[in-house]
Formats: sequence, structure tokens, C-alpha cells
Amino acid sequence: MNTARNFTGKMKKIILLFSFLFLGIMSGQAQDAQIILDKVDKNMVSKTEITESEMIIRGKRNVQTIGSKSYTEGNKKSFTEYLYPERERGTKMLKLEDRLWIYSPSTDRTIQLSGHMLRQSVMGSDLSYEDMMEDRKLKEIYDAIILGEETIDERKTWILELTASVENVSYHKRKIWVDQERFIPLKEELFAKSGQLLKKTTLSDISQIDGRWYPKKINFKDVLKSGNGTDFIIKKIQFNPAIPAYIFTKASLKK
Amino acid sequence: MKLAFILAYKNLIGAGLRTWLNVGILAFTFILILFYNGLLDGWNQQAKLASIEWEYGYGELRAANYDPYDPFSIQDGHQSYKPEDFNMLTPILIRQASIYPHGRMLSISLKGIPHDQEQLKLPTTFLNPSQGEIPVIIGKRMAAAAKLKEGEEVLLRWRDKHGTFDALPVTIVKIFDSDVGSIDSGQMWIGLAQLQEMTGFKAEATYFVANKNYNHQERKGWSFIPQETLLEDINKLIASKKISGSIMYLLLLAIALLAIFDTQVLSVFRRQKEIGTYIAMGMTRLQVVGLFTVEGNMYSLLAMLLGAIVGIPMLSFLAVKGISFPEVTQGMGVTMAERIFPVFSLQLIAGTMLLLIISATIVSFLPAKKIANMNPVEALKGKLQ
Repeated sequence: MNTARNFTGKMKKIILLFSFLFLGIMSGQAQDAQIILDKVDKNMVSKTEITESEMIIRGKRNVQTIGSKSYTEGNKKSFTEYLYPERERGTKMLKLEDRLWIYSPSTDRTIQLSGHMLRQSVMGSDLSYEDMMEDRKLKEIYDAIILGEETIDERKTWILELTASVENVSYHKRKIWVDQERFIPLKEELFAKSGQLLKKTTLSDISQIDGRWYPKKINFKDVLKSGNGTDFIIKKIQFNPAIPAYIFTKASLKK
Repeated sequence: MKLAFILAYKNLIGAGLRTWLNVGILAFTFILILFYNGLLDGWNQQAKLASIEWEYGYGELRAANYDPYDPFSIQDGHQSYKPEDFNMLTPILIRQASIYPHGRMLSISLKGIPHDQEQLKLPTTFLNPSQGEIPVIIGKRMAAAAKLKEGEEVLLRWRDKHGTFDALPVTIVKIFDSDVGSIDSGQMWIGLAQLQEMTGFKAEATYFVANKNYNHQERKGWSFIPQETLLEDINKLIASKKISGSIMYLLLLAIALLAIFDTQVLSVFRRQKEIGTYIAMGMTRLQVVGLFTVEGNMYSLLAMLLGAIVGIPMLSFLAVKGISFPEVTQGMGVTMAERIFPVFSLQLIAGTMLLLIISATIVSFLPAKKIANMNPVEALKGKLQ
């Protein structure tokens, strides 16, 4: 009778110990994941940015290359001017908070996009205006856990699962593969609330710029659509430069 | 007067081919006017009936910030409601969404409607969740644009009220056939409760369709659009079509009237001896003018007789069998049936007859009034005046 009671007592202690251990590991993992996310944000997000980039849009019949120069301040303000091809040259986009204006030089008119129009694709690409506007720190809007490890192109990565911690995010769940040395995502999958995979992003050509690792080529792919996705190639990037305030005004659209 | 009619009839029949050419073209114009206006009236009647049955009901109660002509207003154009306070009304919630048929992306309006509603002709009973995972119905235009078939599954992507993406496959349980393009093109219909749950907009609607027994009283945050206002667009469309069409048949009528006018001028010129004789035999000048006017006017009477002989069987056949219009005209967003049944109202027939009689009388009278100034002696001699 006593032996049985002792055995039950020991079992309870063991279960309790394992529970603590498991919880400890889990919370440690979650904490580690948040640290990783923080490091990723440090690489990917800056207060201000000036970028010269190229977008390669692969349509059903043709491939279009669009060059642009963008000025960004936080996640609230951004200004983009399209440089080429000739048809798009001079087109400018200004985003302030959740409003977006597009200036077209051919009509010399500025139109404002809002609501569902922001969800349309940018010039037929796999990116929506909203996708381009989204620039919040991952740590601020997602809770992360480490799912495992994987090697991508000979680089060891952590697989992080991100679940939205706030309500107003486009993608409820993300899965990112973070380079263990450079703390840069190499691959990302974006999911709907139902768990349906919506978009895939592949980041490559990682270089060190101004002391931080940054991908110079990003491929966006809307997995629900056929096609090879859209490439976003960064030609030149400056982190935290001083950007004059007039850039983020409607007057600069017509300049 | 009786004499005038008999004389006019004999003169016209005596003129032979000239008369029948005038009568023929006038009869053709008569039939054409009836046909064209009858067709538009038929279209108008069918379009209104279809719009009431499929879309407008007996008016719409819209959320104050919803404007059907402004797609920007869909995002915020919805309000919460208490079902018990909204009797005799069918709620509809609209959200923007995308579907991915065969690797393509299509932006659509996703419309939630109660599956047990009976106000609109939409086959919403198919939206009962028990019949499929997420059942949806689409119109034939949408089915053709997205190349979707009944029973097919398609991935639907939408955003909840916080803006978060969600996506699930939905099943096309029914493709309905409606003449109303504005409830079909670029739209997908889903159960209201299902959509409210999917988006988190519980007990919210963009607008309501009123039942016949609905009695509107002011409601804060909602504005009521009566049925007559909703149907105004169709009225305006038909009115503009009538004006543009009238140019064509008025030209034809002008040609016919010109022929009558010419014939009258020629008659007055060539029949001077006859005019002189009438006056010599005791007829007043006015009576002779009347005789010639009746003669000219008789063209219109003969034209109507001929028009009736040819037109009644032809137009009756069209009114019963209808006229089919190609599919392409139905994809233009205009409410138009595949087959239009022309409507020939008494008002239309009487109006057209009156138009013909009055215009023929005027063009007959104008040359004939010259008789009033004639010298009867000179006329008798047949001298040119």
C-alpha cells in the first residue's frame, strides 16, 4: 500500500518536473524566436531609406522591367518615382499613413487610391499597393516560435512560425526561414487565417550594406496565380539618410 | 364631304402606281414606327419587371455611407442592424474579394444574402450550408467570364473586418440565368450568415431590399430609395433610345410626306380645268381645297389600311414569339432579355395613326390652299396660273 503511494508520489514529481522543463524549453524557444525576430527587424527595417530598384514583372505574354527610386520614412511615409520604361517614367506614388496618391505625367493628374483599390496589384505584379506599403516591424505585430532548422543553399536557417499578435495585419500567419549567421530571412511563406498558403517570398543575393545584411533580390510569388512571380532587385540602398520633409508632400508629385 | 371622299378615292385609284408608291412608303413607315416603339416598350416592361424581381424589389434601404455607384464606399458602407427591427426587408452585405479560377485572379463583389429569402428571384435556397462546404451561386455572365461550371470548386480570398486575409475553397452550386446584368457580372452570392461569420461583420448589412408590404419610416443611419427612383435609369435609357430611334423613322416619314406633297403640287397644277369646273358647278373654293386635302389625306388612310393588312399578322407574330438578341448585348450591364416581346399598346397605335393623319393632312393642305387664290375662269380655260 505504502509502496504504491510512494510510486504515485514519485510519478507526480516526475510529471511536474517534465512539465516545468517543457514549459521552460517552450518559453525559452519563444524568447529565442522573439530575439531572432528582433535581429531580423534590425537588418530589414530602418528609420529612413532611399532605394533604387528594379521590378521584373512576368506576365503571360511578356516580361516587363520597371525601375524606380523610393524614399521611405518609417512605415507611414513613402515616395516613389518610376524611372523606366518610357511609358512609366515620371509616374510618382506618395503614401502618407493609409492614403496613397498616384501622379501620372501623361494626364498630369493625381488620383488617390483607398480601400480595396490598395489591394489591386501594382502594375500587374504579384505585389499589391498594400504589400508595398506594409513596413511594420515583425516583432511588433507577430509572436514567433521556432519550428525547426533547415539548410537552404548551404546556409543553416531557423524556421520561425509567426502568428499575428495584433488584429490589423494582412497575413495571420507567416513562416520564415532565417539565416542563422546573418539574421536575414531567406524564404517566407504567407498564410491566410484558414491556413491556406497565399504568397511565397524568396530573398537572395544577400550582401552587407552599411554594416547590415540585406537581400538585394526578392522574388514575390502569389501562389494562387499561375506564373513565375515578380522579382524586386535592389540596385542601390541607403539606410537612415536625411530625407527633406518636402519629399513627402503632394506638391512633390508634380515636380 | 361624302362626295369629297368618293371623288378623292376615285382620283387616287385612278392615279395607279403613283398612289401605291406613296401609300407603300407611308405604310412601311407606319409599321416601322409601331415596331420600333413596340420593341422599346416591350424591352422597358421586361427590364422593369426583371429588375424588380431580381434586384430592386420594392425599394432599397441603404447604409448611409454606401453608394452603389462608388466602389470606394463598399469598404465602410455597412451598418449593424437588429433583425427584429427590420421586418419586410431582405439584408444584403457586400464585401470585396478575389477568386482564383484556373490560375487567374478575378476581383469580385461578394454578396451575402439570407438563403431562405423569398423577395428576390435569386435561387438562394442553394446557399443552404448543408448542400456543400461553402456553397455559392453565380450568374451566367460571371460563369462565362471566370470559365466556371456548376459543381466546380474555386478558391475565394477575402479579408475579415480587421483586414486580415482569409481564403477557402467555395463550391459553385448553381449558375442562375437572369436578364439583370447588375446582379451577375463580377459578383458571387453567398449565404449571409456565412459571410457575416467569415468577415466578422455579425448582424451587419450594406443594404436591404424592401418587401411589397414594407412601409418606410425614417431610420437613423439608413436612407430609403423608392422603387420608382431605382427604375428611373431604365426609363431614361429607353427614353434616349426612343429619341435616337425616332430620328430614323422621322426621316423615313419625311420622305413619304415629301412624296405626298409633290403629288399634291402636281395635281393642283395639272387639274386646273377640273378645279374650274368644280367652282363653275357651284362648289366654293374652300370646298375644292377640302376636296384636294381629303385626297391627300386619303394616302394616310390607305397606308394605314395596307399597314394593317401587312402589319397585324407580322407584329402579332413578333409579339407572341418575341425577338431574340445576341448574347453579346447582355454582357454590357444593361438589363435586356435574351428574347424581347414587343408590346403594342392602344396608346401607341392611336398615337402613330394620329401622327400619320395629321402630317399627311398638313402636307396635302399646303399645296391645295393655292386653289383659294385661283381665278375660276382662267382655271376653266386651263391657263397656267
